[in-house]
Amino acid sequence: MSDNSSNRIVIPLGPQHPALKEPGSFTLTLEGEKVVNAVIGIGYNHRGLEKALESRTYIQNLYMIERICGICSHTHSVAYCQAIEEMCGVEIPMRAKYIRVIIAELERLHSHLLWLGVAAHEIGFDTLFMYAWRDREMVLDMLAELCGNRVNYGINTLGGVRRDIDDNDAHEIKKILRVLHNQISYYLELATNEPTLIARLADVGKLNHDDALKFGAVGPVARAAGIANDVRKIEPYAAYDEVPVNVITDDHGDVLGRTLVRVKEMLESISIIRYCLDNLPAGEILAKVPRKVPAGEMISRTEAPRGENIHYINSDGSDIPYRIRVRAPSEANWHGMKHMLEGSFLADVPIAIAAIDPCYSCTDRAIFVNSDNGESRLYDWKGLREYSIKWHRDRGLNIADIQIPMAKNYIQIQRKTND
Amino acid sequence: MGIFKKLVSWGQKKSPWIIHFNAGACNGCDIEFIDSLTPKYDIERIGILQHGSPRHADILICTGAVTLQTRDRLIQIYEQMASPKYVIAVGTCACTGGIFNGCYCVMGGIDTTIPVDVYLPGCAVRPEAVIDAIDKLLNSNDKDKTKKKAKSDKQKEVSEESNEEKSDEQ
Ligand code: SF4
Repeated sequence: MSDNSSNRIVIPLGPQHPALKEPGSFTLTLEGEKVVNAVIGIGYNHRGLEKALESRTYIQNLYMIERICGICSHTHSVAYCQAIEEMCGVEIPMRAKYIRVIIAELERLHSHLLWLGVAAHEIGFDTLFMYAWRDREMVLDMLAELCGNRVNYGINTLGGVRRDIDDNDAHEIKKILRVLHNQISYYLELATNEPTLIARLADVGKLNHDDALKFGAVGPVARAAGIANDVRKIEPYAAYDEVPVNVITDDHGDVLGRTLVRVKEMLESISIIRYCLDNLPAGEILAKVPRKVPAGEMISRTEAPRGENIHYINSDGSDIPYRIRVRAPSEANWHGMKHMLEGSFLADVPIAIAAIDPCYSCTDRAIFVNSDNGESRLYDWKGLREYSIKWHRDRGLNIADIQIPMAKNYIQIQRKTND
Repeated sequence: MGIFKKLVSWGQKKSPWIIHFNAGACNGCDIEFIDSLTPKYDIERIGILQHGSPRHADILICTGAVTLQTRDRLIQIYEQMASPKYVIAVGTCACTGGIFNGCYCVMGGIDTTIPVDVYLPGCAVRPEAVIDAIDKLLNSNDKDKTKKKAKSDKQKEVSEESNEEKSDEQ
């Protein structure tokens, strides 16, 4: 597996792995320690969903749509529902719109916390990984309380939502949000002030403003490059036209920027949820939607935790869609990946890939063939991650040294919320 | 040999190492499984360790309906694991194909590709259920079973090969 030029090394990474999420494969060409070429292969998780959607009724599709992705299931079902509601000319009750926003923001919280954990793990900061996932449990508890399920909430239906939020729920949620707010503020402090973390994340996976535009990056990746692209703001859906939303941007354009954007977005989500709970309009939660959708086509956009999510629905007037196309946000962010990886160090590859928060998962063994002496080494995702941690430690960056003191009165607050 | 098998079985019961493979899941079950490793559920406290390499693992935790792309990988991983090995199908779509059954590039449940020991339905499963499934598997793991298991693994592998040939012909 060698290239013509003498000291080039080709590393195939992936596709399978046990780590997190879906499989994807990468073929990296190295010159010394620098990545000069990256080829990305995805599609291991292709299940033929769009075809399957065309053979089920609109109601059945609701459940299928949620299972496009278990992490951002709500955003998919919102995009799908609002497209069909619009095609049928149904205006859903305001209360339902607010509830959709609350769940969407809770989903953003859980997804960003999940990302924070995964990213921390990739740079060898396992303490933060565990902390973030522990805090994520609080969000999942809230979601389970409101929707009845921790993943794939099933709260949306055509014409509104299936479950209402009562005062008691609202009260409980606000209590948990207080604890969460403390924790996340603390992570923000960490990301803005901790020199080791900053040194490790800055200038990694660079994607500047122009490149982000060129590659069509979306979500936190684009916002970290200074592009204020947020569907919640530019084309408000659900109740976002009434709820104050601050678009968070940053001009770092690297992994540090993406971290800051995501952490700040979590704080923003908390304030959106609080606003929605305080201003929840009274009334119905469900409007009637006809079984058959009038012929026509519709594009609907939502802001998923990872960026702009687009659904296209084409109806021929029956109760089964003619065509559904889903453009998930990770798909848009993959395009810039090659650019981000090229020119970076091998040791920065894991975090650069993790930083776009892709739906990937690869740890398979990768073969490290040195064309000079034919010596080969076996690398898997874990091995690469360890290599990366060691590489940086040798250069004086030891993430494991960062101490996270237990946030003040965490346990106390936790106990109080449990009562 | 008897004592050795017994020892292996005893040892596995104490600290099984698990490997996780996503064969085409929606991520729902995957994140719930990862959840079971994190502080709230923390299966490491009862000696269960997640491991990246199939060669070191005793239990394969498999999520998702098997897609055509991942099928060969799944078989490869299963074959790399040392016997006695166990497979837990996590999630409805790992058990039967679930909601993805009938899609053009989905084979169906995990058992269409490799033998499964424990079926854990749920969409998505809860971390508690994952712990319970591992517990049930370990408690059914007596010495006779281990012996039988090793034998049946072999048989299944043989029948699998013939299956593979069949599907290749298709
Ligand atoms: S069982 Fe449900 S939640 Fe689990 S992977 Fe399959 S579709 Fe996703």
